[in-house]
Amino acid sequence: MIALSDYLILGAILFAISVAGIFINRKNVIILLMCVELMLLAVNMNFIAFSHFLGDTAGQVFVFFILTVAAAEAAIGLAILVVLFRSKRSINVEDMDVLKG
Amino acid sequence: MTLEKLIFYVLAAVVIMAATMVVTRRNPVHSALFLILAFFASSGIWLLAEAEFLAIVLVLVYVGAVMVLFLFVLMMLDIDLAVLRAGFIKLLPLGIIMAIAMAAELILVVGPENFGIDKYAAPARHAADYSNTEEIGSVLYTVYMYPFEIAAVILLVAIIAAIGLTMRKRSDTKYLDPATQVVVKRKDRVRMVSMDAERG
Amino acid sequence: MENIYLTIVLAPLIGAIIAGFFGGTIGRKGSHWVTSTGVGISTLLSLYVLSDFILGKAETFNGSVYTWMVSDGIHMEVGFLVDKLTAVMISVVTFVSFCIHIYTIGYMADDEHNWPKTSLAGRNSYQRFFSYISLFTFSMLMLVMSNNFLQLFFGWEAVGLVSYLLIGFWSVRPTAIFANLKAFIVNRVGDFGFILGIAAIAMYTNSLDYAEVFSMAPGLADTQIQIWGDSSWSLMSVIGILLFIGAMGKSAQVPLHVWLPDSMEGPTPISALIHAATMVTAGVFMVARMSPLYEFSETALSFVLVIGATTAFFTGLIGIVQNDIKRVVAYSTLSQLGYMMVALGASAYAAGIFHLMTHAFFKALLFLAAGSVIIGMHHDQDIRNMGGVRKYMPITYWTSLLGSLALIGFPGFSGFFSKDAIIEAVHHSSIAGSGYAYVLVLAGVFVTALYSFRMFFLVFHGEGPRDEHAKEHLHESPKVVTVPLILLAIPSVIIGYLTIGPMLFGDWFKDVLYVLPEHDTLAAVQAVVHSGNGMLAHTYASPAFYLAMAGLGVAWYIYVKNPAIADKVKSTLSPVYTLLDKKYWFDEAYQAVFAAGSRGIGKFLWLVGDRGVIDGLAVNGSAYSVGWLASIVRHLQTGYLYHYAIAMILGLLLLLTWFVFV
Repeated sequence: MIALSDYLILGAILFAISVAGIFINRKNVIILLMCVELMLLAVNMNFIAFSHFLGDTAGQVFVFFILTVAAAEAAIGLAILVVLFRSKRSINVEDMDVLKG
Repeated sequence: MTLEKLIFYVLAAVVIMAATMVVTRRNPVHSALFLILAFFASSGIWLLAEAEFLAIVLVLVYVGAVMVLFLFVLMMLDIDLAVLRAGFIKLLPLGIIMAIAMAAELILVVGPENFGIDKYAAPARHAADYSNTEEIGSVLYTVYMYPFEIAAVILLVAIIAAIGLTMRKRSDTKYLDPATQVVVKRKDRVRMVSMDAERG
Repeated sequence: MENIYLTIVLAPLIGAIIAGFFGGTIGRKGSHWVTSTGVGISTLLSLYVLSDFILGKAETFNGSVYTWMVSDGIHMEVGFLVDKLTAVMISVVTFVSFCIHIYTIGYMADDEHNWPKTSLAGRNSYQRFFSYISLFTFSMLMLVMSNNFLQLFFGWEAVGLVSYLLIGFWSVRPTAIFANLKAFIVNRVGDFGFILGIAAIAMYTNSLDYAEVFSMAPGLADTQIQIWGDSSWSLMSVIGILLFIGAMGKSAQVPLHVWLPDSMEGPTPISALIHAATMVTAGVFMVARMSPLYEFSETALSFVLVIGATTAFFTGLIGIVQNDIKRVVAYSTLSQLGYMMVALGASAYAAGIFHLMTHAFFKALLFLAAGSVIIGMHHDQDIRNMGGVRKYMPITYWTSLLGSLALIGFPGFSGFFSKDAIIEAVHHSSIAGSGYAYVLVLAGVFVTALYSFRMFFLVFHGEGPRDEHAKEHLHESPKVVTVPLILLAIPSVIIGYLTIGPMLFGDWFKDVLYVLPEHDTLAAVQAVVHSGNGMLAHTYASPAFYLAMAGLGVAWYIYVKNPAIADKVKSTLSPVYTLLDKKYWFDEAYQAVFAAGSRGIGKFLWLVGDRGVIDGLAVNGSAYSVGWLASIVRHLQTGYLYHYAIAMILGLLLLLTWFVFV
């Protein structure tokens, strides 16, 4: 039988990979957004696993809401990205330095 | 090793491989496609965990909507990949070390000694006529009614925000103002000219 | 009756408010009319209340009219306690105040000459002055009519505030400003003790109401408290002495007497008001009112007795060498206040109040007479420049003579009865310090006669004023000045004889002043004489009479018969003269120790505490350190998004590590 720890370890590895992805793809905004999606997937994995093993549907409902928010986040994030590209002709994070003092 | 376990490990391996590809591919389009693969495999794993509704939603919403949106944007933007890849090799070792450290620490917490099969026995399988969708629906429309409605509002806000952000007035497009079209008078359009007849 | 009491208190206040805020509109005439009418109404009603008490028609009234707040069971109220003591006090206060209001109309008539042309404070100063003296009357009435400690304290402080305003009335004179600051600060010292005493009462009885506190006093008589360390103190003694420290400030007892002579910087009417009827008698009244507390502490009574006797004698001595006419009277006030305190200390509260009353009349008279002379002399107050005034100011002369005779206790005059009663009461007292006090008050009688008649002879007898110019203009003062003199002269002469019967030997104060049987010195006096006539008949047996006559005789000999001897005596006794002329160096010592000390502390705190620590370290220091820290930390704010992302990831990693390994 698949143990709870198997799901959780898979989630942990997914999470670590996405963190590393954010780290090494630090210039490409679109990859960063994908890494965030991956992170959310890892979290959702944990929710589903706990929901299954504890027999509580609350975990699945939570995943449902996370999916909603993630969809909204992706839509707005990409919209921002488009606007950004329109004004800067680039999606390089290094070009977004208007905050630099 | 049961079939179930075999399927799980295969799917898990696919997910990890796909995730690794997402963060390492040079071309963002490839990354997006690998992300889709990861979602598909995850959806399979969720089916193993008897979360059928969410597994379907993941495929429908993520793969069908979100990832397509990603691909759209990728296609629309003219991205200089060489610049974005700069520093990738330099950061790779540090990224790997960090990922391993984080994964190791997380596994220390969630590993078999805390969450093994002996600690949490696998629940019994549901009967064939069990409907996961029905169960989620029954709590979603009762206990989580207000959060559900708020989620709906959030989605609406996201739609409006995304449209508001990306909409722009283009000065070079030609269009007609229906109002001015309606109020137009004959003399605006027709000019009576009296001219001498042509004489042969 | 409650409405009458309210009217008595509020009439002067309303007058003060109208004259104070609308003085410019209603003019000088309107101001003195409105304030004098207010005080006049109070006077009439007070006399009505007093007559009701005399006729036995009035009951003791004790009730509150307004509850300000209730906190932890302590009621803070405005209330009136009107009994026979209060009736006497309000009658004296309002009557003297009324006379002074009328007198002020004449005295301040040309006040604008006392101000520089450009002075803003000099505008409407006449109206302002009337507003102040009415307010003063209101404060004093609040004080004496109070039925609780909070209102007593209110009146106490209000009197202090208005005295500050009045002493420094001529605010363009540096000496006046110095004097009013001095009065205010010295009074603060006393008030500090006073409020501690009230706090102790509130702490141990959980009440501020007189009746409740007095009913609990016998139960607390044996209570011992620890103030610091293990030394144990009698609660009643602590309360009594603390309250008396307040009285020492207000009633100008040694060593807090220094403000009173300086308060002569104010206009003369206010000197009369402060000295005769209002401020300085507050302390005497307060101790008498607190007799149910003082009776339970012989320590406190001894303290009162010794301080009073010291004040009575030693300040009288200073009066002999003063040359300013008002200062002589001021030192005489100090000395007489000492007598009152001695009476209280000997548990002869009735004698103290009796003397307070007689003294109010003849001291007001003497002050107003002095003021009259000052008007005649065109504001020259040095008695060495005067002389022969008798010829020019007959009314002032005769009324002064009556006042002086009353002051030295000439048989038959009011001062005779009250002062002799005090001396006899001390004679019969057996508490610690009574022997010392008896000797001093007897010697004080001689001193009183000497300084009073020294001033009297120097001013009214002898050769005319030195200044020929002054001589030409010297004439009797107008009616508004002389009528109050005559009004005051009448009670100065007869009030003692009329009232000694009920006040000292009758049961007038029976339920008001509380005396333990073993302290009842007046009863011992009563065993010898029973009435005013009895006292007159006993004059020959009283050493005080001979001492007073001796003082009068010495004054006559030195200043009338043989004026040359005065300088001779002065040079012979030059160390003593210097000691007295410098007023025992009290002022110099206070200047050197307290004034210079507090200035030193202030300077130290200013330079080190305020500028160094607060401004330098706390305010500027924190600003500088924030700026310094920010100049370092701002390098972390690169503005690059991925730096923030990495910081987040590293933070997450550290947090995780901490969770796992700690």
